[in-house]
Amino acid sequence: MSLTGLFLITFLTLHLAINLLTLVDKDLFNEASHFMATNIGIQAMQYVLALGFIMHIGLGIVLTLQNKKARPEKYAFNKPSANSQLSSRSMIYTGLLVLVFLVLHLKDYFVELKFGDMNGFNNDYDLVVALFGMWQYTVIYVLAFIALGIHLNHGFQSAFQSLGANHSRYTPTIKKLSAIYCVVVAVGFSAIAIVHFVNS
Amino acid sequence: MNLTLKIYRQDGPNSKGRMETYPVTDISEHMSFLEMLDVLNEQLVNDGKEPVAFDHDCREGICGMCSLYINGEAHGPDRGVTTCQLHMRKFKDGDTIHIEPWRAAAFPIIKDLVVDRSAMDRIMNAGGFVSVNTSGNTQDANAIPIPKVDADKAFDAATCIGCGACVATCKNSSAMLFVGAKVSQLALLPQGQVERTDRVLNMVAQMDEEGFGNCTNTGACEVECPKGISLENIARLNSEFLIASLKAEKK
Repeated sequence: MSLTGLFLITFLTLHLAINLLTLVDKDLFNEASHFMATNIGIQAMQYVLALGFIMHIGLGIVLTLQNKKARPEKYAFNKPSANSQLSSRSMIYTGLLVLVFLVLHLKDYFVELKFGDMNGFNNDYDLVVALFGMWQYTVIYVLAFIALGIHLNHGFQSAFQSLGANHSRYTPTIKKLSAIYCVVVAVGFSAIAIVHFVNS
Repeated sequence: MNLTLKIYRQDGPNSKGRMETYPVTDISEHMSFLEMLDVLNEQLVNDGKEPVAFDHDCREGICGMCSLYINGEAHGPDRGVTTCQLHMRKFKDGDTIHIEPWRAAAFPIIKDLVVDRSAMDRIMNAGGFVSVNTSGNTQDANAIPIPKVDADKAFDAATCIGCGACVATCKNSSAMLFVGAKVSQLALLPQGQVERTDRVLNMVAQMDEEGFGNCTNTGACEVECPKGISLENIARLNSEFLIASLKAEKK
C-alpha cells in the first residue's frame, strides 16, 4: 500500500500543479495539457500509473478482507474514538469513494480527451471548464476531493511508517507535511472546480 | 458506589455467548477493577450461580495475565495501566460498565472473559530468543559496550508484558506492536545479532499463520498499551523484515 500510495501521491501532485494552470492562463494550460498528451515518456508512464492504481486498489481490498477475517466476532461495545483517528479507520471507505469518483472522472475527461470527440470543443481548456458549469458536477467533485483529503491525511504519513521509517527527528516533520499536503490537495482541487463554476 | 455490569458470558469454547446484566452495590472507589469483580463473584457463588471466569495473576501490573475490554477500551478508560491497576474511582456511582473478552480470531474464547493467548507464545517460540552458552561460562552482559540510546530503546521494548491489549484494541486484531517490541528488544542489542535475520522472518511467518490481522497504522495499540510500547517498534519491525527478506539466503 505504501509504495503504490507514495507513487500515486507524486502523480496527484503533478496533476494538481497542471490543473492549477487553468486558473492562471488558458493557453498555458492547453500547452501543458498538450505536452502531457504527446510526450512519449509521459505516455509510457500512463501504463505504470494505471498499474499503480490497480495495485493500490487491489491490495487495499485484499488487506481489508484479511483484516475483517482476523476479527470474526465484533465487540458489543467499542470506543475506537478514544485511541485512533477516524481518517485512519475509514481508509477503505474514503478509498472506495475516490474510486467511484475516479470512474466518473476518467469517463468525462480521460476518455473524451484521448478517444472521444472532446464534447465538440476544440481545446482541452474549454472541455475542462465546461463541465464545471453544472453545479451537480462541482458538488460531486468537491465532495470527492474532501474524501481524498481525508484519505491522504492518514495515507501520506502512514506510508513512511509502513516502510519502516520512524525517527524522532524526521517523523514529526513528515506528519506535519502530511497534514499540510492533504489540505493543499483538497483545497487546491476544490478551488479549481469552484472558481470555474462561479465564472461560468 | 452502585454499578450495573453488562458482562459477556460463554460456558465453553464452543458454546454460544450472551451479554448478562448484574447489579453490584457498595463498591469502594479504592478497589481495583478485579477486586470489584471478586465482589460480584462472591455474590454469585453465595446465590449458587456460576462465577464469572476472568484471567488474573500478579495483580500489580507486571505479569500480563489480566485482560478485559472495559467500556470499549482494552484495560478500561485509564492510560498506562492494566485492568488490575484500574481503580474504581475512574467510574461514577450509577455507571453501567460493559465488560467483554479480547476479540480476535487468534484468541479463541475458553470461557466467559478468558481467552487463549498461546498464539503469542508460539510467535515467541518461532524466534523471540537468543542462544547463549549455559555451560557455566556465561559472559557478563555488561562486558559488551552498548550505546545508551540502544540500551534504553531495547529496555522500553522489553517492558511489553504480552497481555494482548494491542491485538484486542486494533481494529484489525493485528499483533504488530507485540511482535515489534519482541523483535526490537533483541535486534537493538549485540546479543541478538546472531539470529537477527531468521528471527524476524520466522516470527512474522508465525504471526501470519496464527491469523492476526495486518497493521494499518491507526495507532490505537500504542494508546491502549499498558506499558506505552511505542509505534517506533512497529516501524523497526517493518524495516527489520524488509532488510531480512532481502538478505536471507536461499533455503
